[in-house]
Amino acid sequence: MQTEQPILSVQNLRRDFKMGDEIVHALRGVSFDIYPGEFVTIMGTSGSGKSTMLNILGCMDRPTSGHYILDGQHTETLKRDALARIRSQKLGFVFQSYNLLSRTTAIENVELPLLYNSKISAEERHHRAIEALKMVGLESRMNHLPNQLSGGQQQRVAIARALVNDPVIILADEATGNLDTRTSYEIMMIFQELHRQGKTIAFVTHEPDIATFSGRTVTLRDGLLKKDVINEKVQDAKVAFEMLPPPETFEDDEEGEVE
Amino acid sequence: MNPFTLAKIALRALLRNRMRTFLSVLGIVIGVAAVITMVAMGEGSKKSIKEQMTAMGTNAITIMPNQSRRGGVQTESTETLEEEDVIAIRENANYINGVSPMVTVGGQAIVGNNNSPTTLSGVSADYLKIRNYEIQDGVMFDDETDRMAKVCVIGQTVVKNLFPDTDPIGKTIRYKSIPLKVIGTLKTKGSGDFGQDQDDVIFTPYQTVMRRFSATTNIRQIYANSIGEGYAAKATEEIMTILKERRNWTKPTDPFRVFTQEEMIQMVTSTSDMLSLVLTAIAGISLFVGGIGIMNIMYVSVTERTKEIGLRMAIGARGRDILLQFLFESVIISLLGGAIGIALGIAASETVKIAMNWPMSVSVTSVIVSFGVCFATGVFFGWYPARKASRLDPIEALRFE
Repeated sequence: MQTEQPILSVQNLRRDFKMGDEIVHALRGVSFDIYPGEFVTIMGTSGSGKSTMLNILGCMDRPTSGHYILDGQHTETLKRDALARIRSQKLGFVFQSYNLLSRTTAIENVELPLLYNSKISAEERHHRAIEALKMVGLESRMNHLPNQLSGGQQQRVAIARALVNDPVIILADEATGNLDTRTSYEIMMIFQELHRQGKTIAFVTHEPDIATFSGRTVTLRDGLLKKDVINEKVQDAKVAFEMLPPPETFEDDEEGEVE
Repeated sequence: MNPFTLAKIALRALLRNRMRTFLSVLGIVIGVAAVITMVAMGEGSKKSIKEQMTAMGTNAITIMPNQSRRGGVQTESTETLEEEDVIAIRENANYINGVSPMVTVGGQAIVGNNNSPTTLSGVSADYLKIRNYEIQDGVMFDDETDRMAKVCVIGQTVVKNLFPDTDPIGKTIRYKSIPLKVIGTLKTKGSGDFGQDQDDVIFTPYQTVMRRFSATTNIRQIYANSIGEGYAAKATEEIMTILKERRNWTKPTDPFRVFTQEEMIQMVTSTSDMLSLVLTAIAGISLFVGGIGIMNIMYVSVTERTKEIGLRMAIGARGRDILLQFLFESVIISLLGGAIGIALGIAASETVKIAMNWPMSVSVTSVIVSFGVCFATGVFFGWYPARKASRLDPIEALRFE
């Protein structure tokens, strides 16, 4: 369906870990491409190799063999600093546990990735952080500390942080794993909105209903690619959210604390 | 990342753990304050000794028995100075215009209900010009006519102690039950540092002390005065020759030590140098301990913030960025400690100077060196924890709970 160059391409990717005398094969030769503007979920049970895959896609780990080409650049042989530069300029991360710096305001958390790019002035940093917070609808909370925000709001700050450096792809690792269903759907609404604006997203999850919000699902099992299917009937998160039964009497049942 | 941003991040992290930061800073503060104060003490005493010795007169020469030392123990001297040596120098030396023995007795001078704990110094009349004393009232005793006479000349402190309301001239003081008639008073010379009051003196003919008080023929030391600046070396050579000739000295070693004022200053200050070196070394150890404190706290900080380090790395921080972040923290702690320590050290030095009247002299060098050492301490002790942080694996670090 796509004729353009893939934004991300993994070819026969293998990753072995040494555990004492044993060698664990976490990935046994996985290949797939992700094209610009795609919203892909990477599914798999624990032990399937999806975390290892995400670490490699996130340039935090290197494959034992195989190729990983991100935005036209081979990453397999790059040194630590070069990988850090790619993370700083081409990738955006959203984690399961938000990983916001405590006692640091929302806007400062969002500015953080830009601190590691010396080309960006303080003024531009601030400006771009505000823009990113607007995209997740949190500009009114930009001076709040993480512990003054709900779990969903914290994750939105984290999404803004992943957007602020205008990455070629956003990598989300179980980004709804710590959230209740309603909040999860809210977060998925944001991801779908970003997708509509043309962002490329790779979303790792083990929850099948989350996968229905994306256009394509790659399933891993035992270190191998098991399924790679186009989702014909993408569910609209907004519709799904409105279909949910109204919340119980208690308003905030999200676990709002980080560490 | 620019240094300003790094400093901001480091400061924020330090402010987050105020108590911990305060204690680490305190370690450095104590170390630096101790160094500054100790150096000030050493410098001050050196300076004051120099001033005192210079006030004695730059032409002064001191002659002492050559005491041999073995393993730090002072063994008995083989040769002693005698009255005949003084006479020989006086009669034969050409580069000397004054010579006086010095024999002392410790005790109390008593007049009625007043007393003064002043050392009795047996000297000859030349002593006044050698040590720059001047007569205020009365006269100095004469070496010939007042030989063994029970007379004395007293300094202003003794006048104050013994004769608060009366004129001392002609009065009698008792020293170890022996009556001494006051025939003169000295002009005030002012007090030297270390409480060495140069006006707290009683001079009496040296024969009086030797015969009446201590019953000895030995003279502890002889003071002489060269005829002018630049003659000190010639004068000492001449004195040595005279002393050797009198004894038919043939051994290769000198029987006595003859110091010029310059050498005397060097000898005294070298002791003081040694002392201040030891004190500074001890103070330096406390600075070292402060540095270990920083290292300890930085290790704790790195471990505690493993997750933060992982996150920073995940979003693009290089190892170098993390290294600098933690290095900035340790350097800020040490420089802050240094600045406060210097201020405290100066304040302590001034307090000691005023309260105890000790000679203290804060040297600019010690301040600059302390600050430099603090910076080095911060870098040195912060380096390993910071490097540990910078080498963390982002995946492992993010998983850390």
